[in-house]
Amino acid sequence: MKSALIVDDSNTARSLIRFLIEDMDDINVSEASTGFEALKSLPHQPFDIILVDINMPDINGLELIHFVKSTDRYKNIPVIIVSTESSEEDKKRGMALGAFAYVTKPFKSEELQGVVKKALNL
Amino acid sequence: MKTSKKDFIAEAEDIIESATSSLLELQASFNPDALNSLFRAIHTMKGLSGLFGFKGFSDLCHTLESLLDDLRLGRIEFNDETIGFIFSNIDLLKNLVDQVSQDKEVGDVSDAVRSIESFRDAMKSRAQASAAAPQDASLKNLSISPSILNTLSEYEEHRLKTNIKEGKIVYMVKSVFELTTFDKGIESLNSNLKSIGEVIATLPSSQGVPDGSIGFTQLFGSSSGIENVKETAQSAEVEMILPLKTVPGPADVTVKAKEVTLKSAANTVRVDIEKLDRILNTVSELVLAKGAVIRIQQELAGSYGYTPLTLDLYKISQILDRKLAELQDNILELRMVPFSQIFSRLAQVVRRHIKEVNKEIDLKIFGEDTEIDKVIAEDIIDPLIHLIRNSIDHGIEVKERRLALGKKEHGTITLKAFPKGNNVIITLQDDGAGLDIDKILHKARENKLIPENQDIDRREIINLIFLPGLSTKESVSEVSGRGIGMNIVKEKIGSLGGFVDIETEKDAGTTFTITLPITLAIIKTILIKVANEHFIIPLTSVAETFIVDPSKIQTIEGREVIEIRNKILPLLRIDRTLLLEEKPRDEYFGIVVGTGDRQLGLLVDDLLGQTEVVVKPLGEFFKNTTGVAGAAEIGKHEVVLVLDIETMMKEAFLIKNDL
Repeated sequence: MKSALIVDDSNTARSLIRFLIEDMDDINVSEASTGFEALKSLPHQPFDIILVDINMPDINGLELIHFVKSTDRYKNIPVIIVSTESSEEDKKRGMALGAFAYVTKPFKSEELQGVVKKALNL
Repeated sequence: MKTSKKDFIAEAEDIIESATSSLLELQASFNPDALNSLFRAIHTMKGLSGLFGFKGFSDLCHTLESLLDDLRLGRIEFNDETIGFIFSNIDLLKNLVDQVSQDKEVGDVSDAVRSIESFRDAMKSRAQASAAAPQDASLKNLSISPSILNTLSEYEEHRLKTNIKEGKIVYMVKSVFELTTFDKGIESLNSNLKSIGEVIATLPSSQGVPDGSIGFTQLFGSSSGIENVKETAQSAEVEMILPLKTVPGPADVTVKAKEVTLKSAANTVRVDIEKLDRILNTVSELVLAKGAVIRIQQELAGSYGYTPLTLDLYKISQILDRKLAELQDNILELRMVPFSQIFSRLAQVVRRHIKEVNKEIDLKIFGEDTEIDKVIAEDIIDPLIHLIRNSIDHGIEVKERRLALGKKEHGTITLKAFPKGNNVIITLQDDGAGLDIDKILHKARENKLIPENQDIDRREIINLIFLPGLSTKESVSEVSGRGIGMNIVKEKIGSLGGFVDIETEKDAGTTFTITLPITLAIIKTILIKVANEHFIIPLTSVAETFIVDPSKIQTIEGREVIEIRNKILPLLRIDRTLLLEEKPRDEYFGIVVGTGDRQLGLLVDDLLGQTEVVVKPLGEFFKNTTGVAGAAEIGKHEVVLVLDIETMMKEAFLIKNDL
């Protein structure tokens, strides 16, 4: 069974993304509402995919991507940026840091599911 | 895939609340963190409304977000005008959320969207005209590794450049924490750093740290010298990465500036208030030990008389007593800050607000040297701002009305702070219209806060303004309506162990009198006995004590009262209230609590004397227990409960209203 981590400070966004991912396949979803929470969840289980927002309190999505990509244990986990179109420049920076893809909020369900499918080789 | 609309409304309301508080913070003074969280709030709101397909809503958020993005990235100027403009749009968002929650169709917002766009354009061209686009500071000369620079978001990069441009010193602060508890560690480091500068970025890292831990590299901008930053950052490693190739300038000036910084750093020490609390705790335990020593000395003297040895013990215990009191006073003094700190922040907000409402009002401030506990000082600011705003909006009349009443054209608001015994009194007086008693009563009846036919005296009517749900749109102006409600003001003051009292007269003005304890750390209390149990009542709550002859207790409207000095005082039996065993007695003791006309007599079995205690919270398990404010140790390892007088009074007066 695959597992995913959703990092977003909006409750509603998290539950929506969770719904879409759980709808696709037998995927075990964990949530983190801040970058710090994500840092705490990472060691607990091997994640197959991470979906991350850019603008968050404490540390932002870019800093989290940098952490994931520079840590041997996590660097192979695909990271998908899910953020609104205002963060255009930041999304580019995230891709340069090694993100797998980005999805712009608001998104179509097929769009998000398509990217996740690709990242997980489903 | 429908997430319920309720979720949307709940989150949207949270977001608007956080946006409003960031705006209020910004109104007091510019703070990049507050501006960024305001941006984030609107950003999240946009994402949220987009996910729900609320088109107009997300369009409005989108344009507002672009405006805020320009602001936080320094593309347009931040000033009072922008704040006012954003406030009005947050209000609009609030209305939209209301519409959604009332199942109404979200109205057309294209006008608002256009007005934000044109405002943004105007501000942008103004910024370009005035500064010809300020030169960006180059990041190339900094000794920051590219891997860090590449991780910065656009906003963080902008803040780094701004810090450099403003001549701040940039530091790299490196810390390592255990993985399981790092959030506490980094948060406390952050709050220390923020007191002397700006945390620009926080990068977590797993490289070069032991297993089970996590490292952080933070970029930090500050005017403070490295010694000061090191002291503030405590165990974290601090490295100065000031631009290497600085503009050559007169060398001696730099040296002088450095000397000054070093000197001031040597003279003052910043201490976390928690550390002071720990010391205070130890001292209070020593006070208990001292009590035991004195008791032993007295018992020995009782059995053996004053031998040279017991006399020595007596002298020593007296010295111990005095020196401990001195130590306690000294520590408490460290926690004190002068009111000038609060008043200067208030004055800023208030002057701006006066300008906004376009009234002529003098703000007079007295007692700036009065000192109060730092913790209380921080917590009293919001309630004070709310009260002053109310005075400005509703208290002081417009010029024409004042002249017609034969009053001075200028309104006056007077804010005073002065010590009184163990308390600090703050009075806030305006010479405005006074509270409209009839209107308050009418609204209270309309909202069913009091029964239709019940008679209620003037004092009680005035106190109705503290009930939640009394204010209506009509009585809340656009500006003060953004703040907290009067019920919250009262609750906040109550939670600090204080009271608030109101005097008001039609066309003459209103005076709020807030009584606060000087400190929350150690409080003076009265030890009482009820049904063979001991309890503690904070002395700040106590007006007087008296002996009660049970035959003098009368019953009016189903509740017990007693007459003292020609005044009827309602009574509350502690044993009955706390469901303890009630034994009739020949004599009780009464404790008068509360201020003004809102007073209550507590009936207890015995008064055992005054004692100073450190109050500790009861912990998670008992957090919902009402009527108890905490617990304290009073010697011989006995722990007693501290009664929460404010809640008891509230309930007592509620019972009365229910009758």
